[in-house]
Parts: sequence; structure tokens; C-alpha cells
Amino acid sequence: MAEPTPSRLTPSAHAPVPFWRDIRVIQIFLQIVFVVLVVAFFYLLINNLVTGLERSNLPIDFGILTRPFGTQISEGQMDFNPGKSSNLQALWAGLQNTLRVVSVGLIGATILGILVGVGRLATNALIRSVSSVYIEIFRNTPLLVQLYFIYRGMRLVLPETLRDSIQLPGSVYLNRRAVNFPLVQGTDTVWILWIALAVGLAVGIGLWVWRLRVQERTGQPANVLYWFIPSVLVTGLVGWLLSGGPLDVQTPELQGFNFSGGDRLSAEYLALTIGLILYTAAFIADIVRAGIQAVQYGQIEAARAQGLTQAQTLRLIVLPQALRLIIPPLGNQYLNLAKNSSLGIAIGFFDTYNIANVIANQTGQSVTLFASMMAIYLTMSLVISLVMNLVNYFMRLRER
Amino acid sequence: MNRFSRVVLLTVLTFALIAAFSFPAASFAQDDTPGKLQEVIDRGVLNCGVNGQLPGFAALNPDTNVMEGFDADFCRAVAAAIFGEATEDNVNFVQLTAQERFTAVQTGQVDVLFRNTTATFSRDTELGLDFGPTTFYDGQGLMVRADAGVTSIDDLNGASICSLTGTTTELNITEAMESRGLEYELVPFEQSSETIAAFEEGRCDVLTSDRSQLAGLRSNAADPGSMVMLDDVISKEPLGPAYLAGDAQWGDVVNWTVYATIQAEEFGITSENVSEFLSSDNDSILRFLGQGDSATGSLVGLDNDFVVNVITSVGNYGEMFARNVGPDSDLGLARGQNALWTDGGLMYSPPWR
Repeated sequence: MAEPTPSRLTPSAHAPVPFWRDIRVIQIFLQIVFVVLVVAFFYLLINNLVTGLERSNLPIDFGILTRPFGTQISEGQMDFNPGKSSNLQALWAGLQNTLRVVSVGLIGATILGILVGVGRLATNALIRSVSSVYIEIFRNTPLLVQLYFIYRGMRLVLPETLRDSIQLPGSVYLNRRAVNFPLVQGTDTVWILWIALAVGLAVGIGLWVWRLRVQERTGQPANVLYWFIPSVLVTGLVGWLLSGGPLDVQTPELQGFNFSGGDRLSAEYLALTIGLILYTAAFIADIVRAGIQAVQYGQIEAARAQGLTQAQTLRLIVLPQALRLIIPPLGNQYLNLAKNSSLGIAIGFFDTYNIANVIANQTGQSVTLFASMMAIYLTMSLVISLVMNLVNYFMRLRER
Repeated sequence: MNRFSRVVLLTVLTFALIAAFSFPAASFAQDDTPGKLQEVIDRGVLNCGVNGQLPGFAALNPDTNVMEGFDADFCRAVAAAIFGEATEDNVNFVQLTAQERFTAVQTGQVDVLFRNTTATFSRDTELGLDFGPTTFYDGQGLMVRADAGVTSIDDLNGASICSLTGTTTELNITEAMESRGLEYELVPFEQSSETIAAFEEGRCDVLTSDRSQLAGLRSNAADPGSMVMLDDVISKEPLGPAYLAGDAQWGDVVNWTVYATIQAEEFGITSENVSEFLSSDNDSILRFLGQGDSATGSLVGLDNDFVVNVITSVGNYGEMFARNVGPDSDLGLARGQNALWTDGGLMYSPPWR
């Protein structure tokens, strides 16, 4: 035969594969088909929802967000005007309350979680067993139950009438409704104090850097805090004296039904925040323990051999390495905490979810409000994820 | 993958694609669905939304595990009108919070809502609901501790007020306090059991709700004597059934079942003596009871004598009231505005003609 048979492996120019059998064309075609199917499916669902709602005289209408809210929001933003403020402003007030809980919760849960996680590995048997019992109890019971338990428990333990409030030093009053504490506000001259503190901070950081250089050069212990703290304190004191008493303190006074003056944290806020901290810290503790245990024991032995104390070993050798392993799962717990804050509705806390529910109930626009709520919580979660990813990026092992 | 199966796959996908686009939009929400009444008859069960936690209106009796109360009996009345009798099997009580109730009606989870629901303009127009005749005329009241030394709403400056979230009571109390220029703190709960607990345990100075609800909650409290209701009534709350708008026949079934209980009391027909009236010589009573040639129930798609079934099952309005919330019950409410119009009240049935 004059013409050789085309090889199966090297497509010959003489016998091109028809395009409907070309694997590349088929792949692209299938992907297009898939995308179209997905889009069509969601179009169908959404179109069905919209048509169905219109048929029930409930067209989706985001205009209701500008209507007045009508109910007092007694949590957080005190200048909320129930008659005039719109639903959108109510949602914003709710979001602020959510953020107040989440931000304090994240910090508290992290600190408690690290303490308990380290405690779980302590050589002291008492610390170790207390940490284990705490983790097992809080990790293995539902958060909602814990919230009820804490909230109702606080009510049963604390004094009922405001007159019998537990008085703590510094005009702090504890009762079933709230913690009332003095409100500290800056006077007209408070800016002098801020400038002085800023100067002190700058000087302190300069001293810090200088001490580290000295340590690198001479090997003397840096003792950075011995230099940093006095420099801030001294300038702060000077600023305080210059401004002539820059802070104005309002102490709470019992008047009629309630305390007036000062600031307060409601029982609902406290119960929700404490509940979220205790619950999330139990998970974080286990993550911290796993991270620490993942650091090779040889590292610890090496540190000891160098003469580092136990605390120094933990701070300088173990934790920095453990942190890399801890951060990704830690981000998940942060997300859980942020989303779990919506359970506040069970104990009467005015958060985003609670307020969105009230609006949905007053206007009948459930779909609109649930869509808004999803957008709000999604944004919050994405911001937390973004921050955690950035931290993860900067903490990653740099290979040289 | 051989050539044959690839061709089959492509063909299937292409057809799926064509099908997806030629699919009529909103095909799940058909226009020609049978009416609600037929749907309930086919199902054999009436889904009735109730509170479930409110003594006197709808609360589960822990001893018998039966839903008891004024609202629960109206659910049974509707079931009796449709099925001939109300049994444990043909009424499904769906317990709903104040927040869940309207969504439950909108999505068809419940056929009718008897849950201390106030008929208001915006609910009627915006929520896609229709309200039936008022079954209980109520007003919002305020409950305080007896030792608080408070006699009227004007003494409540600075008070903490517990309320149910997602209700008209929240809006009313806000308006009442704002218009008087009083400082206050509102503590909103999702469950009425939580509001009363918070009040009993001293979280709030005031518990606000419809006066009938306050009476019901108080009757269940550990120490009812320690709470007093203020005389102030800050709103009018006509409580009645709600159902999805747009089905006239279903609305008629619910409405005329309620009217039947009122009309029966006016005629003096009770669950005890209803059989005696079947051979009455009063034409309007015979027509009411669907006896003889009169076409009563069939006009709304029910048995002709559905009124007899309703009264046999739950009694007339007066009997229902006395049994659940009246002076001899735990709530001890007087008839007041809920007396028949012939006795100076507001209960009035249109003529059965």
C-alpha cells in the first residue's frame, strides 16, 4: 500500500477528526450545557417564587425597608426614634447590636479558648481535669440550651429589685435587668490627653525597636516592656495634668423604676455574649490543643536544652509554630460564633435576626427580609473569612 | 466512553435543555388547583394554626394530651362543619409562634388560623390574608406586680416592659409610651411562656398583651395573686380567624361556621337540646339547621345540616365561652363586649336567609 495507515496516537493531517468527535469540542459543549442547565434551573425556581408570591398578592417589594419601624429598640442605639426611624435604620441598629456581641465574643472566646487549650495539656492534674470537663460539657450540649440556662440562671441568682442590686466597687450595680456602670466621657480638653498618649506610644515603639537592636548586637535581654510601659504612662500622666482632668464620669443613680445616668449592659446582651464565648471557647480550646500537640516534641526538648523556661518554651517555640496550624480551623469557629449570635432571639435580644423577623411580621415580606438577612450575614461571614485568610497568608511558613 | 453512549448522553442533555426552556414558568403554581375546601376534604384533616401555650384559648392539657381552649374549639367547629364531626384525627393542631403564624397561612401549612390574631388594615391588605368574623373582642392591657404601687400607665416612667415580638402589642405599647413622653425599655420575647417567666422572675416591671392573654397567663402563674391588671386599655384587638385571601368558598365556610355558633346562642340552641329543635315549627330555625327543603350548607359546599354538626360537636358561642374563658373557668373573664348583641354586647350574626 502506498499510503500508510494513520496512527491512532498521532492524528494525521489527512484524516482530521470531525468536530463532533473532537474531545476538546465535546468538553466545551458539555460545560456550556451544564452552565445553561444550572442557570435555567435557578431561573425556574426564582420565577416560580416571584409568580407565586404575586398570585398571593405578596409581590417582593424592597420599598418596605424605607417605611417606619414602629417599635422601640431598647438595646444599644439609644437615639432610635420608633415613630420616625425606618425599617432600614432598625436593621442597622440590629446589625450594630449583632456586631457588639460578635466582636466581644470573638475576643473573649479566643482568650478563653487558648487558656483552656493550654490548660488541657498542663502538668497540673487539677487544671487539666477542670479544662477537660469544661470542654466536654460545653462542646457536647446545644448552644440554645446553654443560652436558656445562662439567661434564666442569671435571673434566678441576681437580686430582683433594683434597690437590692449587688454593688461592686466603682459604682457598678448588678441586678436581673442589667449591669449599670459609670459612663466615662471626654471633656473639651480630652484631645490633649490623646495627643500625649500618641506621643508616648510613638516613643515607646521607638524604644522597643532600639532595645531589640541592642539585644541582637550584644545578646543582653531586651526587656522591651520595661521601657515601653513607663514611656506611655509618663506621657499619659503629663497629658492628664496639662488638660486638667480630661474625663467626666457619670455614675448611675436609682431613680423611680430605673437607674439614670451611667451606661448599662442588658441581661440579654450579657447572657448572649457569655453563652457564645463559653460555647465557642470549648471548640477553640480543642483546636489549640491539637495545634500544640502537632509541634514535634523534639522542639520542646531542644528549647529546654537551651535553658528556656517552661513559659518561654511555650511563648517562643511552641505557640508560634502551633499558630500556623490553628488559624484555618479557628476561622471556622469565628464564623460559627457570628452566625450563632442569631440565637439571641430566644432570650429577647434585639439583634439583626430578631428585628428582621419583626419587620417580616409587620409587613408580610418574609422573602424580602430573609434575602436581606442572608445578605447581611453573608457579608459578615465573608469579612471574617477575608481577615482570617489574610492572617493565614502572613503566618504561613516562608520557604527560603 | 464509547461512541454510542456519548451520542446517547448528548441527546439526553439536549432534550433536557429544550425541556428546561420550554417549561412554562411557574408551573408549580397552577391556576386550576381545586379550592381549599376540596383540598381539606380530600386530605381528611383540617390543619388549624393555634397558639398552643395560652391557657383558655389553646393549650395542651398535660393530663389528657388534648388541645383545649376557645380557639381550639373553633378549629373543631370548622372540622365538624366539613367532616360532620370533630374527632382527634380530623383536626391537626399546628402550634405557631406569633412570628410564624402568617407565613404558615401564606405557605398553606395551615388552612385556617385561630391564634388570638388581631384583624388590622395592613394585615388584611398586605399579608395576602382575609379575616373572618371576630370571635373575641379584646384590648391590650398591662399587668404589674401587686406590690409595685402602680395604678395607671402614667406611673410607668422608666419601666421595663416584656412583650411578644412580632405582634401588634409591641406597636401599641411603643405608641402609648411615646405619646405620653415616658421612658421605657422594651424586652421582646418569641414565646409567651418566656414573657411570663421574665415577668415573674423580675426582668420586667410590666407585662403587656391582650387582656384575655394576660388573664390566661396569670391563671397559670405560680402566684396569680401577686399580679394585678391595670385598668388602662391601650388598644382595641378584635381577634378572629385568618385564612389565605382569594378563595371565596373557603372564606364562607370559616365565616359561617363562626356565625353559626353565635346564631345558635341567639336561638337558644345548645349542644344538649339541638335535637329538639330539628322538629321546630319556627321556619327560620329550620332553615338555620338545614332541615326540610332549605338548602343551607350545600350553598357553601357542605352538608345541608352542617350547623347541627357544629353545635353537636362544640356547642354554641356561649357554651364555648363559658367552658374555656368564662367566669367559671380558670380565666374567669366576664362576657362584656363578647355578649350577644341582644344582651348589649357585640356578638352578632348576619341573618341566615
